[in-house]
Amino acid sequence: MIEVIEVSKSFNVGKVNQFDAVSRVSCRIMPGELTILKGPSGSGKTTLMTLIGCMARPSSGRIVLSGIGAGSLFGQDPDAAIEITSLPERFLTGIRRSAFGFIFQQFNLVRGISVLENVMLPAYPTGVNHKVLRERALTLLETFNIARHAQAQVGLLSGGEMQRVAIARALINDPSVIIADEPTAHLDSRLSREFMALVEGFKKGGKTVLIASHDPIVYDSSLADQVVEMRDGALVDGSLP
Amino acid sequence: MVTLRKSTQFFLLIALNLLVLAALVLHAEVRSREPAARRSASRILVRQLKLSDLCLFTEARYTRHPAMADRHAPFQDHPLALEHFPSGSLVTPPALRREAK
Amino acid sequence: MTPSLQRHLNILDFALSSLWRRKGKNLSLLAVYTLIIFIIASIVFFTQALKREAGLVLQDAPDLVVQRMVAGRHDPIPVSYATAIAAIRGVSEVTPRYWGYYYDPVTGANFTLVAADDPQLKPEAIAIGSGVARTSRISIGDFLPLKDLKGSPVLFSVQKIFPSASELVAADLIQLRQEDFLRLFDFPSGRATDLAVSAGNPAELETIAAKIVHDFPDTRPILKSEMLRTYDSVFDWRSGLVLVVLAVAVLSFIIFAWDKATGLSAEEKKEIGILKSIGWETTDVLLLKSFEGIVISLSAFLAGVSLGYLHVFFFSVSLFEHALKGWSVLYPEFKLTPVIDPYLICLLFLLSVGPYIAATVVPSWLAATVDPDAAMRS
Repeated sequence: MIEVIEVSKSFNVGKVNQFDAVSRVSCRIMPGELTILKGPSGSGKTTLMTLIGCMARPSSGRIVLSGIGAGSLFGQDPDAAIEITSLPERFLTGIRRSAFGFIFQQFNLVRGISVLENVMLPAYPTGVNHKVLRERALTLLETFNIARHAQAQVGLLSGGEMQRVAIARALINDPSVIIADEPTAHLDSRLSREFMALVEGFKKGGKTVLIASHDPIVYDSSLADQVVEMRDGALVDGSLP
Repeated sequence: MVTLRKSTQFFLLIALNLLVLAALVLHAEVRSREPAARRSASRILVRQLKLSDLCLFTEARYTRHPAMADRHAPFQDHPLALEHFPSGSLVTPPALRREAK
Repeated sequence: MTPSLQRHLNILDFALSSLWRRKGKNLSLLAVYTLIIFIIASIVFFTQALKREAGLVLQDAPDLVVQRMVAGRHDPIPVSYATAIAAIRGVSEVTPRYWGYYYDPVTGANFTLVAADDPQLKPEAIAIGSGVARTSRISIGDFLPLKDLKGSPVLFSVQKIFPSASELVAADLIQLRQEDFLRLFDFPSGRATDLAVSAGNPAELETIAAKIVHDFPDTRPILKSEMLRTYDSVFDWRSGLVLVVLAVAVLSFIIFAWDKATGLSAEEKKEIGILKSIGWETTDVLLLKSFEGIVISLSAFLAGVSLGYLHVFFFSVSLFEHALKGWSVLYPEFKLTPVIDPYLICLLFLLSVGPYIAATVVPSWLAATVDPDAAMRS
């Protein structure tokens, strides 16, 4: 479970252009469920997700992770509750690497190298055996039906294929939580539906999924267990069950 | 398809390079231990003709026999003569000369 | 394999892929880098080998040469000095040397004429160095005309050609009988070019030299150690042309490398952001960048040093030939015995590999400390 307690994030604190991207947000994301952050662009969805995904620290408030296998990094029970807001950078990276898989709006693939290498990239610093890693990446590419492009350069792929590479990359370290930021923004409606079919697969595999989107195909999906609506950095009243 | 991973290819390349380098070191070692037949031809002439210099640059007196030249050798013809032999830049006239006090 | 080793190998893999996708840029960088190392390594190998060769070949040079100075110039020395010098305690032998230069207007070459009595050499016969034979296109039995002081040519028959292995000392030599030498140049009688002095005990040479200067204030003794020292400073890195060439090469490379390594493009910065966002730590990014630097500089170093060695010892420094030849018409062709000085090679390694890696890593360090969420906002 991911518990977000009274979390705020401000940029340029103390300057004239201070900007509160997220203010006093509290919510709970249950394991194995699909949670959707809904709201127009600029509403603070992305910021909230970077906070949950250990990419940035909140200005105030706390985020507690439990049951996602992060505890083993600290020599505790893998499912122990970890309060991440006070952890040093090193541990944040460790958690980010092992517990979260990210799918970015722009896909953020590294150009000029092969699809296979892009998928393997997040696992390189973990010291996994190269052969094992390669097998794992190929299996993932097969799952997403793009194994035939394994040696191709990412720049030559279509948008839908690029996204599937990005998804395969997000899954390479077998994370328990998948975070996707506007995953369907660059896809047509057919591909968007295909993406939701993949999300269904994640849920079946027991993953916790968090998607930020203002695409009705996503937030009106019957797969969603929880839809949290944000506006101007805060939760819209009554959006939490 | 069996392809070597890139790091292995790189190590092979470096190993090959090191091997070449090792071969060259060995070559240097072997060649410098050879009975110096080539050098002995020179040494005999040095002894017989009482030579004092190597024949490296034949273009000017002070570059042909730098050990015999004066410090101011490049300027012998005129005190303001500019150095104009390329080899004059490679060979410096000797710094130390024992003149009568 | 341990995870730590696997991590290094994985990151090295990515560094290689990363370099490879900018093939054009990185291969040209590698080529320029290799060229610089090649030039420096060639100079190091050539000078080291030449210095050692000079030291060994000139072992048998005269212990001491006494020149006479007149009006600040080297002048023929009276042979009568020889008797007085021979009387100095410690001197075992004094031999007058007769030698001089001859400019050959036909070929434009400068020859060195040496008179040394060789009983086998017939009157009006000469022994020549291979360089002379090559330049004047003559061989044994041919005649070489040398103009005497009055301008009339004297024909000398070539009786012997010095072995080509001796070109390092004798390429431009013409040896002739002493009376021929004196007649050709109308050399003042009772004079020699200089005196070669040998001493029984080399330790006494300094004392002997001091005594000679004291007894003959118009003379200048040159010790063998000074001759050798002259060749020690040949091609010295501090001297003229070599320094200029090196400085230009090194400076242009520094500019090139600095531009390449520090100018992190927006794309590269974005990539570092992506790496951070997918779970790479700052140290991982730094490792990646150091590997990129090491791959380029290590390859360039190894290739440059090997090529430099081949250039100097297999191809007789053919690329530098023009610089070494200068304006000389007669240029000796010699092969040097290889010398590898580990100290200089290590120094070259440190000076070439170290700064480049630093120039690659430092700017990335700044980029790698960005927050990982930056990539999400781009």
